[in-house]
Amino acid sequence: MIKVLFFAQLKDVLGTGQLEIDEPINDVAALRRTLQARGELWSEYLSAQRALVAVNQTIAHEDTRIGPNDEVAFFPPVTGG
Amino acid sequence: MTISVSVSTQVLDIQQLSAALQTASLGKCGALVTFTGLVRDFSTLSNVDALSLEHYPGMTERAMAALAEQAKDRWAVEHVVVCHRVGEMQSGDVIVFVGIASAHRAAAFDAAQFIMDQLKTCVPLWKKERSNGQWHWTAQKDSDRSQAARWSAPSGNGD
Repeated sequence: MIKVLFFAQLKDVLGTGQLEIDEPINDVAALRRTLQARGELWSEYLSAQRALVAVNQTIAHEDTRIGPNDEVAFFPPVTGG
Repeated sequence: MTISVSVSTQVLDIQQLSAALQTASLGKCGALVTFTGLVRDFSTLSNVDALSLEHYPGMTERAMAALAEQAKDRWAVEHVVVCHRVGEMQSGDVIVFVGIASAHRAAAFDAAQFIMDQLKTCVPLWKKERSNGQWHWTAQKDSDRSQAARWSAPSGNGD
């Protein structure tokens, strides 16, 4: 089971801050595709241009591997400081 | 060499943070550079009447510690302190505090600037503003991206 988190605008737009994925997923690109298939807003806001990804709290890339029990977070470009 | 990072929903006391850093630095360090980011008086800029910061608990601290480690590897710094405020805040509140102590000033200036520039593009924090009763997420600025990018430029001499 992969734990997926959404932050900031993504959490508001998608209407959820957390969900779990049971199907086998190999990498970030595959997880992104799976989530984007959930609907128009998901497809738009989770595109690689709009949403950054972290795997186990470290910034990840499209080819970053994902395994069971990993925590994967999607979020917009950061605006702290 | 020490690194201290924290995320807080409470008001950040820069006098206390600076004094602690100064005490830790006595003897070995000849330079102490601090940066404080403040909430501007938003009421004069627009009809924004509140500001709030969301973060990714756990990763925010990790990302700030990673920046402090990078600064330590890149410059001869003795102590690095990075504190960030989250939650709702008022005009004049401290959003972020970066403090660096080193033997000589150049390392402390560079490390402080590096950490602030990188923090704005690498640390999972998101700002939102309220105007006319509605919250709006703030967009990342191009200038923040270019400020951060200059540290990875081959010449590294900024612009």
